[in-house]
Amino acid sequence: MTATADPGARRAVVRQSLSVGVATGAYGISFGALAVAAGLDTWQAMALSLLMFTGGSQFAFVGIIANGLHAAPAAIAASSMLGIRNGLYALELTHLLGVRGTRRVAAAHLTIDESTAVAVAQDDQRTSRLGFWLTGFTVFALWNLSTLVGTLIGTHVGDPRTYGLDAAACAAFTALLWPRLRNRDAVAIAVVGAVVAVLLSPTVPPGIPVVAAAAASLLAWRTPTREQA
Amino acid sequence: MSLWTAVLVAAAIAFGLKLAGHLVPAHLLGAPRVRRITAALPIALLAALVATQAFTGPGGSFVLDARAAAVGVAIVALLLRAPFIVVVVLGAATAALLRALGWA
Repeated sequence: MTATADPGARRAVVRQSLSVGVATGAYGISFGALAVAAGLDTWQAMALSLLMFTGGSQFAFVGIIANGLHAAPAAIAASSMLGIRNGLYALELTHLLGVRGTRRVAAAHLTIDESTAVAVAQDDQRTSRLGFWLTGFTVFALWNLSTLVGTLIGTHVGDPRTYGLDAAACAAFTALLWPRLRNRDAVAIAVVGAVVAVLLSPTVPPGIPVVAAAAASLLAWRTPTREQA
Repeated sequence: MSLWTAVLVAAAIAFGLKLAGHLVPAHLLGAPRVRRITAALPIALLAALVATQAFTGPGGSFVLDARAAAVGVAIVALLLRAPFIVVVVLGAATAALLRALGWA
């Protein structure tokens, strides 16, 4: 990695950040609508989007709490298990971002799938940092705005799957991973991670399969340093 | 437990998990082998995330539906060096079309 960034790479990362932000933001409408249907009020739904700010955990939380307050411990457990991967992303991001103090707290809050994926998809450190912050802030703004809209209009816009938005997210993450899959070791790590997660999915609680897939990164232990930058 | 308590506890844990990763002392992560592993972590996690989002249904069972087709189309587009936004739009359009036709 070098510290320079060419204008083309900067334009590309801005486009990536904004596209990911818009796609994720659209899903916030669905989250807001589901939260209200689950019995949360607008303020509680907004508290989740503002303070929890990690989509997978938020969907799991409202999905379980919809069964009633007695399900609150299970809802907290599920959202927390899904949140573990953010802590693992942070191990790499903290190195990439090199931030201290208050900015580290802000970086922690914005540590989510989307900001991590855009950051690690870049070839140089400056573009990575730009991608992380721009994606983080764009998703944060649009996710919260659309959560609010979702709580107000409910399910009138229909299911985001009708528009293929769930598949848009899969395609976006695939595209962001793509440039990292340049050597055999990275491909092996991705394939092992994917297979482990899919195999575990029917038998363990949501969130655990993806975290267990982190073990695939241990394949990098024995890799000689022949990474190209 | 009130609903507000549950919301705030869950949010605090989520933030704590994010912050914990950022607060691991740099010297613990400095060794070349550890650096390679932390650099590989997002690859393993994001691949697992795509796989579970694209290939699992309710209850975590393996399914092949419109989402898998969308990832297939996305990979073809990436092999043809399509720009990021084109890949994303093609993925969404594939799934939306297949569902509209009732094929997946």
